[in-house]
Amino acid sequence: MTDLAETPVSLPTTEVSLTINGEAVTRTVESRTLLIHFIRDHLDLTGTHWGCDTSNCGACVVWVDKKPVKSCTMLAAMAGGHEVRTVEDLEGADGLDPVQEGFMQCHGLQCGFCTPGMLMVGRALLDENPNPSEDEIREAISGNLCRCTGYENIIRSVRWAAEAGTSENGASQ
Amino acid sequence: MTTVEESPATDQPDPEGPEVGFGRTLRKEDIRFVRGKGNYLDDVRIPGMLHGAVLRSPIAHGRIVNIDTSAAEAHPKVKAVITGAILETLNLAWAPSLSHDVIAILATDKVRYQGQEVAFVVAEDHYSARDALELIDVEYEILDPVVDARKALEPGAPVIRTDIEDKADNHIFDWESGDADATQAQFDKADVVVTEDLLYPRVHPAPLETCGSVADMDPVDGKLTLWCTTQAPHAHRTVYALVAGLPEHKIRVISPDIGGGFGNKVGIYPGYVLSVVGSIITKKPVKWMENREENLISTSFARDYHMHGEIAATSEGKILGVKVDVLADHGAFNNTAQPTKFPAGFFHVFTGSYDYPAAHCKVTGVYTNKAPGGVAYACSFRVTEAVYLIERMVDRLAQQLGMDPAELRMKNLLQPEQFPYHSPTGWEYDSGNYPAALQMALDMAGYDELRREQAEKRAAYEATGSGDLMGIGISFFTETVGAGPRKHMDILGLGMADGCELRVHPTGKAVVRLSVQTQGQGHETTFAQIVSEVTGIPTADIEVVHGDTDNTPFGLGTYGSRSTPVSGAAAAIASRRVVDKAKIIAATMMEANPDDLEWEQGTWSVKGSPDRSVTIQETAMAAHGPLELPEGVEGQLDASCVYDPPNLTYPFGAYICVADIDSGTGHVKVRRFIAVDDCGPRINPMIVEGQVHGGLADGVGMALMEVIAFDEGGNCLGASFMDYLLPTSMECPSWETGETVTPSPHHPLGVKGVGESATVGSPPAVVNAVVDALAPFGVTDIDMPCTPAQVWRTMQGRRFRSDLAITDD
Amino acid sequence: MQVPAPFVYERATSVQDALALLAKHGPDARLVAGGHSLLPMMKLRFADPAALIDINSIDGLDQISVADGIMTIGAMVTHAQLLASDVVAQHFPMLTEAERVIADPVVRNKGTVGGSLCQADPAEDLSAALGALRASVTTIGSGGSRSIPVRELHDGPYQTVLDENEMVTEVTVPLPSGSSSSAYEKLERRVGDWAIAASGVSVSVADGVISEIGIGLAAVEAPNMVAADAEDAARGQVPSAELIERIGELAAEATDPNTDQRGPADYKRHLAGELTKRALRRALTNAGALTNEGAL
Repeated sequence: MTDLAETPVSLPTTEVSLTINGEAVTRTVESRTLLIHFIRDHLDLTGTHWGCDTSNCGACVVWVDKKPVKSCTMLAAMAGGHEVRTVEDLEGADGLDPVQEGFMQCHGLQCGFCTPGMLMVGRALLDENPNPSEDEIREAISGNLCRCTGYENIIRSVRWAAEAGTSENGASQ
Repeated sequence: MTTVEESPATDQPDPEGPEVGFGRTLRKEDIRFVRGKGNYLDDVRIPGMLHGAVLRSPIAHGRIVNIDTSAAEAHPKVKAVITGAILETLNLAWAPSLSHDVIAILATDKVRYQGQEVAFVVAEDHYSARDALELIDVEYEILDPVVDARKALEPGAPVIRTDIEDKADNHIFDWESGDADATQAQFDKADVVVTEDLLYPRVHPAPLETCGSVADMDPVDGKLTLWCTTQAPHAHRTVYALVAGLPEHKIRVISPDIGGGFGNKVGIYPGYVLSVVGSIITKKPVKWMENREENLISTSFARDYHMHGEIAATSEGKILGVKVDVLADHGAFNNTAQPTKFPAGFFHVFTGSYDYPAAHCKVTGVYTNKAPGGVAYACSFRVTEAVYLIERMVDRLAQQLGMDPAELRMKNLLQPEQFPYHSPTGWEYDSGNYPAALQMALDMAGYDELRREQAEKRAAYEATGSGDLMGIGISFFTETVGAGPRKHMDILGLGMADGCELRVHPTGKAVVRLSVQTQGQGHETTFAQIVSEVTGIPTADIEVVHGDTDNTPFGLGTYGSRSTPVSGAAAAIASRRVVDKAKIIAATMMEANPDDLEWEQGTWSVKGSPDRSVTIQETAMAAHGPLELPEGVEGQLDASCVYDPPNLTYPFGAYICVADIDSGTGHVKVRRFIAVDDCGPRINPMIVEGQVHGGLADGVGMALMEVIAFDEGGNCLGASFMDYLLPTSMECPSWETGETVTPSPHHPLGVKGVGESATVGSPPAVVNAVVDALAPFGVTDIDMPCTPAQVWRTMQGRRFRSDLAITDD
Repeated sequence: MQVPAPFVYERATSVQDALALLAKHGPDARLVAGGHSLLPMMKLRFADPAALIDINSIDGLDQISVADGIMTIGAMVTHAQLLASDVVAQHFPMLTEAERVIADPVVRNKGTVGGSLCQADPAEDLSAALGALRASVTTIGSGGSRSIPVRELHDGPYQTVLDENEMVTEVTVPLPSGSSSSAYEKLERRVGDWAIAASGVSVSVADGVISEIGIGLAAVEAPNMVAADAEDAARGQVPSAELIERIGELAAEATDPNTDQRGPADYKRHLAGELTKRALRRALTNAGALTNEGAL
């Protein structure tokens, strides 16, 4: 173990260069910096939340190279050179993503804390499967906990988005 | 499948909803949340902010021999290390609890539960603060813990509260309700008496956002600003003033967006106080934010009720009386959050929804070496335990009598003409039509068909010894929410009334200021709808301000489903007062007698002359303008109200759960769940349905998987989301909801509150379904959670204690 | 939030580079692939490596291929990749079934086959499934390359037989011969949880008898995570309802489960038998070796 009492000032650092929501950024951070903290504390994008520490809750889900991942269980350094996308990027020039619109239309959120993770998983599902069944949606969000909605309206929200259109960054078709 | 309220994605009503008043309208708060622009506690950033972290006890019971903080203090990024000894010098080591007890902010003499706060580190960044915790060396003399509540009062049990003078045992209180003699008289003439020992194990609300605070004590003007995950910002402010001696006008509590509360964020936790102390010491803003483990092991848990129930009835199934004896595990400090005069909360509403003459309960509270709490998790002050008790006992009686549980309930339900109903334990149920709700649920479920299917499955199982066991469980609950009348109900001496201030701006837009605090219930929308319904001002034109003690009126906050019953009434009455004032202004504007005006949502007009009318918006401008107002009428258009509810409200519902159990593994699958709720008129049906859905998921979670157990050393066995299991989308069925509407006669809008109904009502439905499925095995009860292991063991008549570590016995 | 203790981060660009970095940082260095087992342990400060060597940038370790009667699965193949693979589903339904119940869909995007095996968690599903299939891992270390049967990879809980400077590069699975199939049965307290117990069974049937069988068991402390005696008893036997019962009993006897919050030992032992019977029944049925009237 690194002896903190003896070597506290020069903790190992890593220069992390990645693309966040289409923008290239470089930050030098402690090597142990988790991706969630890199996003929230170093890039000030607080839309991505954390809820558990143990990669169970999914509040921290972001995309890395178009795949949803739990950013509490990934080092920022490991994301170096990759494309990261967060909830802040869902809204495009044409307006809200249909999945965002769906969550509003179908009451897919209450306290809103799990919502960013749910949205990122929902969008990823729709990109892969534009017309998912209820069971497929249930399966896709099974790694994301919600304490408020009982999931029913989240499933309806994703279905709403599927029916409204699956164009990324696009308004409802 | 029958559904009364089906809202498939293809059949959405008008997406924008009604412009004015009640109805399904989209939520105003959603737009920031779906963009990732919510502002939760951990999103609060102040220039120069430092970061705190709490060192917690690794053991359940031990004497603190020594704390060495020197290595932590030597860490170059550490700004302060605070121990109990330091707090003692500030007279802050202990604080009053919410239940006539004290809590330790930092342990000084002993640690009394695993996870108790022992020291607080303030550092330049979060990672350094956590690192520094590893550098603090605490020497403990380990003491035997009291883990099993049933042994807490045994002679010779270790005494936990040695801080209380002359305390020689772990007894907290004895409390009773009802008439023991009258109840015994009923039991004496009963044909049938059934008894059962029921456990409602310790569970945790586990909101997805943990608890935290940012304290900023301005060293110049002495004003403390505290951003805090609190459901009750005003109550918190007053308590800080009382505890820390800070002048109340120099404290501003801000509750930003809250990522779920469910009662977890009612109490004042040591971490909040420590962030304040840290800010005072360092003269910098200090953030403290729990991790998940800390949240689960140290903050308010729920239940932990060991209940012995007895129910007496005639052989025809007419209930005569109920007796209950409860052992309540309150943990190491009695810090339950409920109205002060009610140490068992509202448990004594356990007589439920049935008509019988007598009941009695006795509740004994004990200390154990576990985290303090007991009242949380959408429980309506222990109505969850009460409903579980009566609904399990009624099912148990049905089983004993060989009677269908629906039929037994129908035979005993209170009838509509009995309201207002005075219960044997002193409650006055305001209104209800119980048989209609149960009948609707039975119809939606296709109850008779389900029973036929069950009979077929049972026959198949008996023939082959394999396959699924099907169970049908019913629960009928009466909720008791909206605390409460000031003369009966207070918290720490603060009466449970709530204020509301409504101001209409000159252009007719309005701002309404509330004392309650949403944690996802959608107050920014529903309170705007309340004001809109009464004033006619469009919902979109009404701004809801809450969660900031500098900008809102005093009130006790959001828990116990009290926002709509109490604060909603305040908003309605303030709105009526605005309308009344607008009437005088309108009469002046139209040079008419106020008595000649009539109101139609949003407009005052002269009776019989509909062309002579002014809108509420026009009166608002006139109220701010040069119009000469009658003697004694002040300008501007505003009103306020402090609402003291005359009674609680009593929402109710009928729930039916259909479950299938894999006979080879004990795995339970909830196939269907039918929920008929009556919470009076629905301000926003979409939001009400969402509240119900969430509570139903809670019920599935508590009944099937959630539990905080402790091993014999007092180690918490539910300290992460790997061990404290919350239901996912895969365990939840597609909820089937229905409604009946029985207005409350005493609430100005007739509404009753619904936030906790489903959490209260659903667990017994699931457990009744499980017991029903296992009935062929002679099973009469099972402890929650009905995990596969517990179900399998119960089938064999070898249940284990779910509140303790599982053993081989 | 919980945060790991400080460590040095290195990114390996090749297997040789990874080995060199392992050598450079000594015994307290750890390889990190998906990180979903290691990072939580580090956040809890149960694991405290001095250096983490990220092997995600090494090319060529994320392929699934079939040649010469062998399926080769790169160590960096993710759970999601394995789950989505048609060729895997075609040859080894058990692997697809196991993947469907490993963690959750988002975790499966990062977690890897090699990482899962090397975590040596006694409840880990792929170790049981690949053990049942008699797969081997190929490793490269300072002493060159070697092949280790999955059944022999673990050296106790959270321990492997790998040398300090040795990494798994791929998993090889022999394709079954004759009429064959496989099935995986897992019971969880809740979706996404680790198994209370799990059993994976692979069978090949020739001339009306079971020519080869593999039975992997997770979370029940079976030696090498397999039921070897049950396999021996089944080999050469004609499939029947009685045989399934007998094999289930033997599988249960192979276990020595720990009592924990997932359940008491007797329950887990019962499950080992019950789930083995179910998996065997399905595998035999899908292999065409069990008619419906046999599928009791």
